[in-house]
Amino acid sequence: MSEQQGVTKREFTFEVNGEKRSVTNFPAARLLDVLREDLELTGCKEGCGEGECGTCSVFMDGIVVNSCLVPLAQVQGRQVITVEALGEDPLGQILQQCFWEENGAQCGICTPGMLTAAVSLLRRNPDPSLEDIQDGLAGNLCRCTGYKKIFDAVALAAERARANGTLNTTQKGQEVSV
Amino acid sequence: MRGIVCDYDITVADSLDEALNLLASKPGHYRPLAGGTDLMVVFNAGQQPFKNFLSIHACSDLKGIEVRPDEVEIRSLSTYTDVRYHPILNAEFPMLCQAAAESGAGAIQNRGTLGGNIGNGSPAADTPPALAAYHAEIDLISSEGVRSIPFRDFQIDYKKMDLQPGELIRGVRLKRGAQRHQHYRKVGTRKAQAISKVCFAGAVEMSGGKIVQAGVAYGSVGPVVACCTKLEDALRGKTLKEATGMDAAAIKDLVAQHIAPIDDIRSTGEYRLKVALNLAADFVKNLENYQ
Repeated sequence: MSEQQGVTKREFTFEVNGEKRSVTNFPAARLLDVLREDLELTGCKEGCGEGECGTCSVFMDGIVVNSCLVPLAQVQGRQVITVEALGEDPLGQILQQCFWEENGAQCGICTPGMLTAAVSLLRRNPDPSLEDIQDGLAGNLCRCTGYKKIFDAVALAAERARANGTLNTTQKGQEVSV
Repeated sequence: MRGIVCDYDITVADSLDEALNLLASKPGHYRPLAGGTDLMVVFNAGQQPFKNFLSIHACSDLKGIEVRPDEVEIRSLSTYTDVRYHPILNAEFPMLCQAAAESGAGAIQNRGTLGGNIGNGSPAADTPPALAAYHAEIDLISSEGVRSIPFRDFQIDYKKMDLQPGELIRGVRLKRGAQRHQHYRKVGTRKAQAISKVCFAGAVEMSGGKIVQAGVAYGSVGPVVACCTKLEDALRGKTLKEATGMDAAAIKDLVAQHIAPIDDIRSTGEYRLKVALNLAADFVKNLENYQ
């Protein structure tokens, strides 16, 4: 592949976990690589690199995206939330605890994406059925657990978050930023 | 091998006017980039032949679903998620919502767009058969103005569309008000998140107890969406009872004249043909049960 003339690194500015960050890189650089390599946020992982496995999931403007399929040029001016920030989030903390209690993580590669997808699911639907949980996590592959422990962890987290008021069941609505 | 980032340039258009002016200034130079759920996969695989992209994701004029008394307009940057959960689309055009719901998982549905699904020209795309069955119109916009054509005429051949250099897909429009019997069915290796082996969309519009319009369309059984006009002609003018009483073999004969499925990595031509014919016969036989 011959190198195209004139493609230079440019500066892109966006918000990551509440902080304004500037990155100088090529416009086609993947958000996944920018997060991991330029910003040293290695929580999101690369599994497949084609939008199938979900372990690179992050929130962009409040919705879950596969960061391996987002070019840096499209991140300019937007808000990105990575799994690192979920440890500060009340719902993220409940999920983390429940994954631990239910053995929802084994090798751990899928866990960042599972947590991200679970936060998104529970904010949209605080009282999910098993089928809702399966659908909400359908874009996240796990090769260790067989999924049951992950579904159990999310169901337990939903129950606890409803019980302590972290999730408000009367406000079933759109996805929001963490 | 992965694509090399310094080989690719992405220009971001902040508005539709800017995008159209850039496209007009260098005809054929830019490839439009929206949600990237296909183009980025091909890029990551190191097989992206295009080098210069025009990101249109920030063009607000290409976003939104507008409901008018007589039609619904879905702008091209509407995501699968937007379509899947839209109340009016669910009530009146459920085949399109089902197609969106069965395309990829949540993170893909959050980024993938209807315009991309159409403009990418994949014969295996799941929303085009539904749009064809609803006899949708497609609006194409350039710096010269807007051009509207029947969606069915948009795809000309494999990955070849009636899209001039400088044109973007602005959106599609679906006619409201019809009382329909409709059925959508995707046949893949799994229920969702698998690319279709065969995708079927069928709809009949009723008026005065008779079928006044019919749409029967398939994905994944030919280079473009296959519209079974012979079966549609046969259905038009019939009562539901007359239609459901049609001979299954005759229905299959009519459909077989429109489709020519091939063997590929996802299925065989023989299997696809058999499934496609059965789906049409099932659709007509059970019309009354499909709302």
